[in-house]
Amino acid sequence: MRFGHMLASVALGFATLASTGAKAVEIEYWQYVFDTRVKAMNQLIAKFQEANPDIKVKQTTFPYADYQTKVAASILAGQGPDVVQLFYGWTDNFISGKMIRPLRAEAFPSTEIERDFFPIVSAMKRGNDYYGLPTAVRSLALFYNKKAFKDAGLDPNNPPKTIDELVTAAEKTVKRDGSGNIVSAGMTLDMGGQDHQWWREVLIRQFGGVPYTENDTKVAYNDEAGLKALTFYTDLQKKHKVGQAGFMDEGQAAFRAGLAAMTIDGTFRLGSFGTIKAFEWGVTELPANAQGLRSNYASYFANAITTKAEGEKLAAAEKFLKYVSSPEAMKVWMEVVGELPARRDVALTPENVAHPVYGPFLKGLEYAHTTLFKDEAAQRQVAIDMANRVLIGGEDPKTSLAKAAEAEQAIIDRAKR
Amino acid sequence: MSAVAYREAAGGGLWSRMSLGQKQVLWAWSFLAVPLVFYVVIRFWPTFQAFYLSVTDWTITKPASFVGLENYGRLIEDSLFWQVFRNTFLYLILGTPISLLISFVVAYYLDRVRFMHSFIRALYFLPFLTTAAAMAWVWRWFYQPVPIGVINDLLSSFGIPQQPFLRSTSQALPAVLAPAVWAGLGFQIIIFLAGLRAIPVTYYEAARIDGLPEGAILRKITLPLLKPTLVFLVVFSSIGFLRIFDQVYNINTNDPGGPLNSTKPLVLMIYQTAFSSYEMGYAAAQTVVLFLILLVISLVQLRLMRDR
Repeated sequence: MRFGHMLASVALGFATLASTGAKAVEIEYWQYVFDTRVKAMNQLIAKFQEANPDIKVKQTTFPYADYQTKVAASILAGQGPDVVQLFYGWTDNFISGKMIRPLRAEAFPSTEIERDFFPIVSAMKRGNDYYGLPTAVRSLALFYNKKAFKDAGLDPNNPPKTIDELVTAAEKTVKRDGSGNIVSAGMTLDMGGQDHQWWREVLIRQFGGVPYTENDTKVAYNDEAGLKALTFYTDLQKKHKVGQAGFMDEGQAAFRAGLAAMTIDGTFRLGSFGTIKAFEWGVTELPANAQGLRSNYASYFANAITTKAEGEKLAAAEKFLKYVSSPEAMKVWMEVVGELPARRDVALTPENVAHPVYGPFLKGLEYAHTTLFKDEAAQRQVAIDMANRVLIGGEDPKTSLAKAAEAEQAIIDRAKR
Repeated sequence: MSAVAYREAAGGGLWSRMSLGQKQVLWAWSFLAVPLVFYVVIRFWPTFQAFYLSVTDWTITKPASFVGLENYGRLIEDSLFWQVFRNTFLYLILGTPISLLISFVVAYYLDRVRFMHSFIRALYFLPFLTTAAAMAWVWRWFYQPVPIGVINDLLSSFGIPQQPFLRSTSQALPAVLAPAVWAGLGFQIIIFLAGLRAIPVTYYEAARIDGLPEGAILRKITLPLLKPTLVFLVVFSSIGFLRIFDQVYNINTNDPGGPLNSTKPLVLMIYQTAFSSYEMGYAAAQTVVLFLILLVISLVQLRLMRDR
């Protein structure tokens, strides 16, 4: 008899456990491993669960190298995340694979998105639908070594404002040995780093052209402006001799080591440069052209809802996506990760704009462009090869530019099929 | 088991009607089947899958549809493929003879050294134990321009102009090959040493009594008797150089196979097509081509071994 009672109470216990377990909806969130991003997301999840006790969010992370493959394979197998982080440039791929779903207009009205977010969010829009929203965005700026500026007799608080001033400052700060070898660069040349973005979205526009037309599906830089932009870039090494592609292996390594006075890099480099002890550095907006025209390249990881999420999980996923793209989440993300908020009003506060480090990046966001890559790695390779043909092969820039335009158009056309 | 045997025996089943020999064969096959099935599932099935993929346009996200020989046609027209093809054979044609020559010379003389023999042998073997990735990173810094590149620092201290190495389309491939050859030496030396030790001393004694000079001994006795070892090493290192990847990928991670594809081997092209551009069908077609190349080369080399 006693045993029967015990059994019944145990059964009752299991039943209540099971029912409370069933009440909470569990959704899965995936992003790639990056220490501060994981930490920030853990904080956001904790806050979200506190406000929504009926939803549980499970975070899964894995290395960036396998990220796309794993997400694709698992969603197609009916497993994987309900909310997923993806690079804006992968959106077409994810849509065509039926991996992510459009955001419901009732939950995420596009008028509100377009009013509140920076214009670059349009890279997530297909037709009338948005397919995801970013928490944070990244842009480029010019990093400069204040010590190198001082040593060269330049004002460390007055960095170059135009591309001509950039060349002058680079000529003053470059150091060479007796045989003319560069031992410390004035300006880094690293197409494999961020220079290809600088060339594509900034220099071409500053020399009067556009990189692409028709929603970035037609290469348009094989013209006078493109040629001037490429020649300007390769002249840094060939004519002015202020830098050298491959010097110190990477541009950021040269700058970090104090062996380059200037380099162009993104917000994501702040963490790494923040640990520099040997010298003081500053950040300034990417230099304008002589007419004062500025441009920038911005990119971001967006969060999207997958096709796997249905019913109550879909409702929970929408709530979660709303939270991680809320002003509160963006503040947490900026503090922990150091990336810029994707909402205008959160980003452009007076103290942020006046911030010596964030300020220049934020100003860049107002006029930034976002390239709609079809295959980012392959398109970057086109730019790397274009510069190498001139710098190593001694090919004339015009021929090299034409080859690059043709190769990139082929990549874009193939992705459209 | 015994219950089953009992039931079958009682019912006069198939098992009881078998002879002892048949039963033994059946047992043997059922044990052999385990690794065989494993091998078929793990090796052959994916191989056939690759053949099938090579005639589709699968991109991971889009479902695969049959495109016939389109991928192969694209491959033939792809100038990158022919450059990569040429690079792959350059690795083979330069790498195999150079590494075999150096390792044979080292083994030949090391065989005669008694002083600290095992210590020296261990030193030669050490690079073979090192991770290719770590080695490539170290060599990448060796090749840097001044002020940090060790080799260029040395060159300029002798007044020789610094060399671009990895930043040159003509020097990059030999520069990538050097650490690969160096890393493989230890293994080849050990195999050569074993081959040299296996040659009976009596041949040498007879030759020396007859007054044959050292050069003739090397040509007439050592090399012919070393042929099985040589063929093994040729096959082994050829396949190694045809499949070279990690050395190339890690020595230039920002522009793998660069500059201007001058160091890109076929395996790296396959990797990039598959896991960077996600064109799985096209990558599978490249894999089939690599498979055919490896097959032909191995068959030719095995043929050479047989006529001994």
